[in-house]
Amino acid sequence: MEFGPHLLLAVIEGSVGAAVLALTALGLSLVFGVMRVVNVAHGEFYMLGAVIAWYVATFLGAHPAVGFVGALILAPALVAVIAMLVDWLALKRVGYDPEATIVATIGFGYIFQQLTLMGFGPEARPVDPPFNSRIALPWFEFGENGLEFYFPWGLSVTSYKLFVIGAAAVLLIGFWLMLSRSKIGLVMRATELDRETAQAFGIPVDRVYAIVFGLGAGLAALAAVLIVPIQQAHYLMGHDPLLLSFIVVIIGGLGSIRGTIVAALLIGLSDGIISVFFSPTLAKIIATLLVAFVLVFRPQGLYGKKAA
Amino acid sequence: MTQTNRRTLLKSAAAGGLLAANPLLGRFASAQSAAPIKLGFQQHVTGIGAAYGRWYGRTTDAAVKMINDAGGINGRPVEIVAEDDGTDPKRGAEVLEKFANQHGCDAAFGALFSHVVIGSAPAAGELKLPNFVVSEGHHVASGMLNRYTLQPGITDVKSQVQAMAPFVANTLGKKVTMVFPDFAFGHDHRDYFTAAIEAQGGEVLEHIAIPPTETSFTKYFPKIPRDTEVLYHVMVGPAVLTFVKELGEFFGPSAPALFGFLDSLEAVDLASPGLEFLEGSYFWEGNPRYAQEDQSEFDKTFRAAVGVDANGASISDPADVSTYSHMFGCWETLHIIKAGMEAAGYQGPADRAKLIEAVEAMTYIPESQANPQGAKVFNGKTHQVFGHQYISQVQDGKLVKVHTTSIDDTFYPDEADYISQSF
Repeated sequence: MEFGPHLLLAVIEGSVGAAVLALTALGLSLVFGVMRVVNVAHGEFYMLGAVIAWYVATFLGAHPAVGFVGALILAPALVAVIAMLVDWLALKRVGYDPEATIVATIGFGYIFQQLTLMGFGPEARPVDPPFNSRIALPWFEFGENGLEFYFPWGLSVTSYKLFVIGAAAVLLIGFWLMLSRSKIGLVMRATELDRETAQAFGIPVDRVYAIVFGLGAGLAALAAVLIVPIQQAHYLMGHDPLLLSFIVVIIGGLGSIRGTIVAALLIGLSDGIISVFFSPTLAKIIATLLVAFVLVFRPQGLYGKKAA
Repeated sequence: MTQTNRRTLLKSAAAGGLLAANPLLGRFASAQSAAPIKLGFQQHVTGIGAAYGRWYGRTTDAAVKMINDAGGINGRPVEIVAEDDGTDPKRGAEVLEKFANQHGCDAAFGALFSHVVIGSAPAAGELKLPNFVVSEGHHVASGMLNRYTLQPGITDVKSQVQAMAPFVANTLGKKVTMVFPDFAFGHDHRDYFTAAIEAQGGEVLEHIAIPPTETSFTKYFPKIPRDTEVLYHVMVGPAVLTFVKELGEFFGPSAPALFGFLDSLEAVDLASPGLEFLEGSYFWEGNPRYAQEDQSEFDKTFRAAVGVDANGASISDPADVSTYSHMFGCWETLHIIKAGMEAAGYQGPADRAKLIEAVEAMTYIPESQANPQGAKVFNGKTHQVFGHQYISQVQDGKLVKVHTTSIDDTFYPDEADYISQSF
């Protein structure tokens, strides 16, 4: 394949990855921003989202669209409830101590993974996309007759992949509106700024924490439901998203929505393009190197606020 | 000081009663020692090999039940000690150590993924524990392992691809592009198929290696040269379905001929959405997943014992598709261990070397209930078995066997002589 079409294909593939990564990382960033704890089980919430999506889609049967829409609503909701239970069972008990929370979420991560292996099994299981048609993409060249369009071999995208990119953009805007315009958003931002003062003003901080933790996990689950018609549900699928989310959140700045989205685009696209033209290992090396540079020269991240 | 009270007395009495009531004991009493023969099962319960591990487990249970129902080995019952190695080479070596030192196993078997087999082999040699791997990798026959590692129940990649090359070159085309996973198993495919197709007058235009943990594949496909006549694909791990689906989406209506190793679809339902484009394409199969018209009685019994239906899925859940091209290897390996122990008059761990010598002495292994996949020839020098390979075509969403290679097609000159190594 020629360079031009090849690059276009890499950008499209990278964008799908970036869209899903932005949603996942946003959940991690939100939890860190408001609660100042690191949720190591985030990747497993992502995995649970995909697995529950499979159960919902299989249970509803009928037309793939019915199953998918059902999964889109039920899976994030269920995962949010599970996350709130984790918050109530463990995080609250350890007083949101940063170290204890890391240990507790590592433990819960393993529990979710092994329970899924025992119940759901080791196979990767597919969910039908609600719609999926192959769209061949044209490319242009300047030939003897001036500008010409043609359809290169293999240059194509599926309608569902385009939908994933669009849906992620809509969700991100919706999330930003909620955080900046709604009352619950205001309460979250107040808790983020100063937990004690917020409590003094009558904000039920415990409940806000539970909601934020649930919302963060729900975002991961939502991202997983979007990706599961492309990549199947599998009990080990949470590992990569967790790692990439950490990279994104560190580069973008912990707690910054804008930074998270910019960093997700950066990492997602560079992963797509570098691994196509060079090697996937190089893409990982560069991402990790970027993290190191950010930590050295701008520890608060691209858009993070300086620690007081 | 231990006090004998009413409770401990009752306990020991109950234990005695249980022992007496155990129907196995009576049947195995004729052996010199009625203690069970312990076989350590190195199982990929977790990690990327988990789908294989699960079916290796079911096959092992079925084989052990059959062996024990027929009186065990040398009159002693077989007991399986299964340990999870996480499909991880380091843990694989630790698991072998547990088998030898903690559980007192007589032998070990069951490792599949090639990096785990290679990582575990030195431990088998150091522990002097016979390790019967069920892996397909060429590493056993290549001589890179040791005398304690044998592969008598499944054929190796080199012999498989060598037997496939004439069919690919003569039926599908001579210009081939290969897509394979970037680790030992995939490299075996790369090296030996490239050589084999060149021997047939064909050529490989491009080698595309994909990291085994990759989850998205479309970005690799543009490297496939436009004048490719045959796309040769083999992929492993949990993302195989994504791989095959994206392959179909990439090519759309203008695909080259496809030749795949069924590894690309092990544990995956052929009726999964997005796989329709595979219709008419060809696959290597280690053992035909769908019950064929000429199905043997042995295969029928094997299927029923493991709990697999005529479509290669679990009897209890049609969505739970087996790893049919590989799992027979556990069944056959266990029967080889049985035959080896019986030929060696195996009594206990002191006879481990005798067991290996007895297996090394095996040559022709006829098709039987112990070997339902077909007849085989074992090469004692290279510790590798050779057998028939199958080529199937996807017809109406099912794999239909169209060609069976002879065992002779799979031979290549010896590259190792383990017998010359001392124990």
